[in-house]
Amino acid sequence: MIEAEGLHKYFGKTKALVGLDLDAREGTVLSVLGPNGAGKTTAVRILTTLTHPTQGSARVAGIDVLRHPARVRANIGVAGQYAALDELLTGRENLGMVGRLYRLNGTTVRQRAAQLLERFELTDAADRTVKTYSGGMRRRLDLAAALMSQPPVVFLDEPTTGLDPKGRLSMWDLIAGLAQGGTTVLMTTQYLEEADRLADDILVIDHGRAIARGTADELKRQVGGERLEVTISDAPNLGDAQRVLEAMGEGPARINADDRRLSVAVTSHEGVLTRAIRELDAAGVHVDDIGFRRPTLDEVFLTLTGRPAEEQPLNEEVAS
Amino acid sequence: MTLAWWTFDSWEMVRRNLIHIKRTPELLLDVTLSPIMFVLLFSIVFGGAINVGVEGGDSQSYTNFLMAGIFVQTVAFAGIYTSVLLANDLQKGMIDRFRSLPMAQSSVLVGRTLTDLLRAALAVAIMWVVGMAVGFRPEGSLAAILLAIGIMLLFGFALSWVGVAAGAAVRTPEALQGIIFAVVFPLTFVSSAFVPIATLPEWLRPFAENQPMTVVVNAVRDLTLGLDLYQDTLPAILWSVGILIVGFPLGIWLYNRRTTQ
Repeated sequence: MIEAEGLHKYFGKTKALVGLDLDAREGTVLSVLGPNGAGKTTAVRILTTLTHPTQGSARVAGIDVLRHPARVRANIGVAGQYAALDELLTGRENLGMVGRLYRLNGTTVRQRAAQLLERFELTDAADRTVKTYSGGMRRRLDLAAALMSQPPVVFLDEPTTGLDPKGRLSMWDLIAGLAQGGTTVLMTTQYLEEADRLADDILVIDHGRAIARGTADELKRQVGGERLEVTISDAPNLGDAQRVLEAMGEGPARINADDRRLSVAVTSHEGVLTRAIRELDAAGVHVDDIGFRRPTLDEVFLTLTGRPAEEQPLNEEVAS
Repeated sequence: MTLAWWTFDSWEMVRRNLIHIKRTPELLLDVTLSPIMFVLLFSIVFGGAINVGVEGGDSQSYTNFLMAGIFVQTVAFAGIYTSVLLANDLQKGMIDRFRSLPMAQSSVLVGRTLTDLLRAALAVAIMWVVGMAVGFRPEGSLAAILLAIGIMLLFGFALSWVGVAAGAAVRTPEALQGIIFAVVFPLTFVSSAFVPIATLPEWLRPFAENQPMTVVVNAVRDLTLGLDLYQDTLPAILWSVGILIVGFPLGIWLYNRRTTQ
């Protein structure tokens, strides 16, 4: 549904993209994950016809973005990091204008606008100018504008950057709802939790190129499998606990003495927990906490790039 | 079909601009208050000092002479001011939204220039009334007066497209204000707008007599005052059309280049 091959984009000497490939299957959510300046926004701008790639090609809904930009535009909705709304128009007027520019007829425009305002909890604010809206309300209205024509493909550029936790959660629900409705979604994010939660596929990019791709599970596996993690009550028992765990799992145990926490790689869940508790108990080790743990996407990113993913400050990814 | 959509989209943009004006009426100060001040100050302050002779029409009054200059100056400023309004738009995210919609992209610009044409027309109407109050007595026929209004608005519309080009080329509205001041002021003052050309230093006259501002002012003045008619009418129209022929494609090209970066 969204495909790109070998996208390059140079701004003078700055190389924003250097050979990016991507592919989002119909009806799925592809999350493009990367730190600030990785090239996420540039990729979205190319796919939404806002800018031309220096090199490379892309198709959205089967249409070439360079050859038929107008036809691509008729099939997409775009919501950016900076809400593209008219501050002096009301919420309803913004949706009305966008709807009419999508060439929908008057009745459809009014109905769609009312439905979206309702669904996005903006009905009460519908007839106030956008100037008076909070950040979260602007983002919701921006997304509503992107959905006016019920496009088969929707692009969301950092849809939750800068939102408070409540705003973020309500945005997540809306995005999840979109995907359930069969819309193909490409969203960029610098939040690993967001990608983990919403995406079918994740494309990790850094310095303008893809460094990993797959489902959240696949990426986590790439970094190392599941581990059995145990927190014990008394630090002196660490040695005993280590012996028990290493006998059960694969390879050496990782030990965090300060937190009295140990972990060991395991290949299956089958009976592991009960056996571990029994054997630790037999060895006289008291357990505070025990469970399976998969690597987080933070660990994935750290392993792939050698540095942490979340390089705040927020929303500093330059449009270029 | 395409033309119909283009008209439709352009109207949508005009409508958006008119809502802006309705919600922030101070956007109209430059085409309401400023022209009123100009008419009053020039006619009262300079009225006694400048002898315009027959160029002031039958009554030989300075106010009669002045009005054509004030009309064209105001309309020209309103036209060039399009650049500031466009540059403002370009700084906000709205243009990205428009660019991602299947609309006729140039309609953003057509909507902008048509709105500014309406602003200019409002300014002309206000100045006409204020002018009448301080002694402006047009003596031309109704047809000539309508032609004069058409000529000045066409000139303003043409300059709007120069404004589009400037607004797309220059990064910030503040920089534009400076450029407008440095370019448009000399053009209005070194012209027949406020004083007869004959009173200018000799070395300035060849430029002053032939630059478009003078040609358009003369055409408007002759038509409104019923003077030696139509000598400058055709040249004035040709100047505007010429500016439009260059400014229209240049404006669209610069805008597209700016927004696809």
